Amino acid sequence: MKILVPVKRVIDYNVKPRVKSDGTGVDLANVKMSMNPFDEIAVEEAIRLKEAGKAEEIIAVSVGPAKAQETLRTALAMGADRAILVQTDDEVEPLAVAKILKAIVAEENPGLVVLGKQAIDDDSNQTGQMLAALLGRPQGTFASKVEIDGDSVTVTREVDGGLETVKLAMPAVVTTDLRLNEPRYASLPNIMKAKKKPLDTKSPADYGVDTAPRLKTLKVSEPPVRSAGIKVPDVDTLVAKLKEMGVA
Amino acid sequence: MKTLVWVEHDNASMKDATLATVTAASKLGEVHLLVAGSGCRAVAEQAAQIAGVGKVHLADNAAYEHGLAENVAPLIVDLMGHHDAVLFPATTTGKNIAPRVAALLDVMQLSDIISVEGEKTFTRPIYAGNAIATVESSDAKLVITVRGTAFEKAAATGGSAAIEDVAGAGDAGLSSFVGAEVAKSERPELTSAKIIVSGGRALKDSATFEQYIMPLADKLGAAVGASRAAVDAGYVPNDYQVGQTGKIVAPEVYIAVGISGAIQHLAGMKDSKTIIAINKDEDAPIFQVADIGLVADLFNAVPDLTSKL
Repeated sequence: MKILVPVKRVIDYNVKPRVKSDGTGVDLANVKMSMNPFDEIAVEEAIRLKEAGKAEEIIAVSVGPAKAQETLRTALAMGADRAILVQTDDEVEPLAVAKILKAIVAEENPGLVVLGKQAIDDDSNQTGQMLAALLGRPQGTFASKVEIDGDSVTVTREVDGGLETVKLAMPAVVTTDLRLNEPRYASLPNIMKAKKKPLDTKSPADYGVDTAPRLKTLKVSEPPVRSAGIKVPDVDTLVAKLKEMGVA
Repeated sequence: MKTLVWVEHDNASMKDATLATVTAASKLGEVHLLVAGSGCRAVAEQAAQIAGVGKVHLADNAAYEHGLAENVAPLIVDLMGHHDAVLFPATTTGKNIAPRVAALLDVMQLSDIISVEGEKTFTRPIYAGNAIATVESSDAKLVITVRGTAFEKAAATGGSAAIEDVAGAGDAGLSSFVGAEVAKSERPELTSAKIIVSGGRALKDSATFEQYIMPLADKLGAAVGASRAAVDAGYVPNDYQVGQTGKIVAPEVYIAVGISGAIQHLAGMKDSKTIIAINKDEDAPIFQVADIGLVADLFNAVPDLTSKL
């Protein structure tokens, strides 16, 4: 079985994003970029499934600018076997990404597609579900445990009230939650080896996908700033404040 | 515009998240509800009481019992023949189903909206709430998830909508429900609580979390939350987690105890009306958003606070 792992190049999660003063977006010039944290978990899970003998090949794919190659090389250094970069400088919405992935699934026929549950830039949480819909396949979203058993996969999902377990017919689509695993670091020898692994470059047009956005961003603004608070010297003052507010 | 709202429920009673979604939907036009589940007529009767609702569609079928996206999405797509927009609360259930519906309709989804600016224009937070985007959809049908804390709750009573049964195709045969592990709690639900007491890594372990945070929460009638660090360290189950990757809350009062205030955590609670922080590090980022801060060792301050309330 093959596993397809889509990965996204996003602003590093430790960086505090700054809104551009003209309101057109978030300033990404000279900002540290990394692999989306949920996608690292997806790559890790695919590698663990391969190590457990459940998969033969892992294909990492990214839709984005030429620099997304770095993100794919990271996935290769972690343990993916080959990579596909669908190169475009346009911002591609989840629906268009899902359509590109659908075309890649048709070519590669993976038993599982493992994605992150959401990207930390647009916070959409859509691509995995959309891909599953377009393929007519089942989805195991927000996975904290994935077990392959013959032609089905059992997924434990993190839901609002606790955990839920579902059984999906394979092929299936899984999206990862934070607690699925702890992603490994790529070692230096593996980073060197990753440079020799195959990386195909394609374009959205190769897959016949129109990436024109359906949502037009009219403006991006700073969130309202909270007014400065006060510090209280001791617990008694805090209790008095709480009583003033009517909570105690 | 005719809107359809997915009613969140457990087959016995409706969840509160639905009410805020109804408010968002009512800003777009006529509101219809969909109650899909198994043996859930009581939920439909409850939903029909919500003020301002035009009609309740009831799809009662064993295939819909657990809200499996594979089974429910086609049902909603059918109903979208007569609706212009479908809105879901941005809960795990809503987030699971909505994008599947959107892709089947070939439209982009609007995730986690915090305001309705026009018939096709909405605002939503991006980059963990560090920026607010105003977006306009060019799609014919709208699929939206609604951030519950950003809208007032519609009145749960005062309406008298008609209930109409809908059939739906039932089981898509792709997935099945195996089981659930529901975290038991006597305390108020996190996302709808008026007061939340939240603990972080500084609590040290699950026993001290229990010993210091729970009595304070109980004294205040508050729900208990946690930072990701506290969840990852195993102090509390993951459904306590507040943040970008956990729950988004906006209570009247949020008390952060031993939480440094990483941006991922702030994304989940910075719209709280009053934020109170107790932390021994006076440079902790949490103090930049806190209305009231107390620089103190929580192991002394929290028991003292609990006893004086």
